[in-house]
Amino acid sequence: MTENGKPKEPLLVVEDLQKHFPVRSGFLVERTTDWVKAVDGVSFSIDEGTTLGLVGESGSGKSTTGYCVLQLLKPTAGSVRFEGRELTSLKAGEMRRMRRQMQIVFQDPYSSLNPRMTVGDIVSEPMEVHGIGNRKTRRESVRQLLDVVGFDPTFTNRYPHEFSGGQRQRIGIARALALNPKLIVCDEPVSALDVSIQAQILNLLRDLQRDFGLTYLFIAHDLAVVRAMSDSIAVMNQGKIVEFGEAESVYTDPQNEYTKALLTAVPVADPRRQRERKAERRRLKHALAEGF
Amino acid sequence: MALLEVRELHTYFSTREGDVRAVDGVSFDVERGRTLGIVGESGCGKSVTALSIMRLLPQPPARIVSGSITFEGKDLTKLRERELESLRGQEIAMIFQDPMTSLNPTLTIGTQITETLRRHLGMDGKEATQRAVSLLEEVRIPNAKARLKDYPHRYSGGMRQRVMIAIALSCNPKLLIADEPTTALDVTVQAGILDLLEELREEHQMAMVLITHDMGVVAEAADDVVVMYAGQVVEQASVLELFDHPEHPYTEALLGALPSLEGTGGRRARLASIPGRPPDLLDPPPACRFAPRCQYANLGDYCTVEPPELRELRPGHWVRSAHPASERAAVAV
Repeated sequence: MTENGKPKEPLLVVEDLQKHFPVRSGFLVERTTDWVKAVDGVSFSIDEGTTLGLVGESGSGKSTTGYCVLQLLKPTAGSVRFEGRELTSLKAGEMRRMRRQMQIVFQDPYSSLNPRMTVGDIVSEPMEVHGIGNRKTRRESVRQLLDVVGFDPTFTNRYPHEFSGGQRQRIGIARALALNPKLIVCDEPVSALDVSIQAQILNLLRDLQRDFGLTYLFIAHDLAVVRAMSDSIAVMNQGKIVEFGEAESVYTDPQNEYTKALLTAVPVADPRRQRERKAERRRLKHALAEGF
Repeated sequence: MALLEVRELHTYFSTREGDVRAVDGVSFDVERGRTLGIVGESGCGKSVTALSIMRLLPQPPARIVSGSITFEGKDLTKLRERELESLRGQEIAMIFQDPMTSLNPTLTIGTQITETLRRHLGMDGKEATQRAVSLLEEVRIPNAKARLKDYPHRYSGGMRQRVMIAIALSCNPKLLIADEPTTALDVTVQAGILDLLEELREEHQMAMVLITHDMGVVAEAADDVVVMYAGQVVEQASVLELFDHPEHPYTEALLGALPSLEGTGGRRARLASIPGRPPDLLDPPPACRFAPRCQYANLGDYCTVEPPELRELRPGHWVRSAHPASERAAVAV
């Protein structure tokens, strides 16, 4: 609730978002023969300081949704409102200013960092682009940012290839934090990492959310990882959200058949329990046989 | 006697900076008709172990420094290339992580299956084609006869892995080595492949070595488990024993670091992470390789000075640590 008693609008509101990609074919004269509806009428909202987990299998449209939210891909139709402002109709310059508030952490820390730039340059680049501070204050900010994400700030003059996947992802997170954003889209931020490192990064993301009041759109295919991070969950399948709800209820009492199938397909690290789950999975598979 | 016995295997890679000790003390047995899961994180040596068994590592840079790999009484480390060729595919088959790259994109699926049949079983064209159809049917590929003429790009990831399994099974091997067979696949597709492997393993009475980083896959599919860390076996037990009573601090930490799908926990539970990262195998820690990350190892402790041996704590439960859980508990009381 705001001071005047009106309910506060969520930080991000997405309504009937669509992204269609053309399928072109023909020799010499190419024509659009069909459309792939990668995102096909997706609506959700995220309250400030909370996490929405967007989960689905490959090709479900979850990453495309994330890119459309940030206007990194232009949506075919629909509305994306950030703090009440419609993003889809903004001009390029206005959108660039808005991006200070909304950043992204990518999946692959091996290909998302420029190998020719030092760690310090990578983290300070967003501040340069947006004309924040001078060389000296930026250097100090870089040290602070790296310190916050648990990366040794004495390594600012090194290059990304000298570091492991987990350390690189810390660099990527520091860069995302550099402009002090409100919303961070995390696109599969731990799926390239080993389990022991994955836990470090997930804990870091949660600490940062607590300390800076960040809002996350957390995109991942790993259902257990999404559960550990999210307040609410949206399950995507074939470009549509098939189930949306408070995280615990989606996991303990899924309503949609696809959600159920997805949940029972995940093997859990408990051999006794997994035996029961396997039986349940096979039962469900037979029940769903025509559905898929 | 077990079907496969690996003893004190050491496989090194020579590099300009020196030897990378990728596999450095690995021993285990694979019993007939059972599934052994080998679990560990990237770089722990699980795939190099598998490739050492198949003798598929390019030498140089790789070399098997010492140890033995005994399959039905034959030491594979001593076989000549020609003997290995008749063994691979016929007695021991292997499937790989990436079904997108393990098939030749310029040959039809049919050609790739019949190639194995002609080569190892000496079948003629017609016979091989018939057998290829029944193999595709066996791995549940609908409309098998027509799909034989398709090229790999017409198959989805899960279907390609089914084709790889069909090729692997074509000569009725006694042992199937599956190296991360479902890692590149979606969970619903993974479930289908795991089901298929289990059914076929029973039908063909094969033994299987299942290499994975996923504790859930181990819990589902393995009878026995080997946990690897930094080139070594750190713990080995039956699957129930391992998950009920993990002994090695690394195994405990790995299980603790997993976010849970069921039960309590969820959002509020903080994950137990393991500080630091695995050691550089060019220059691994001199004693216990987990000691630098182990919460029970103190400086000057035995385990930072002397490398711990793999010892049998209970019948069938082996651990390489100076601080296994059950001994810590005894001290605490």
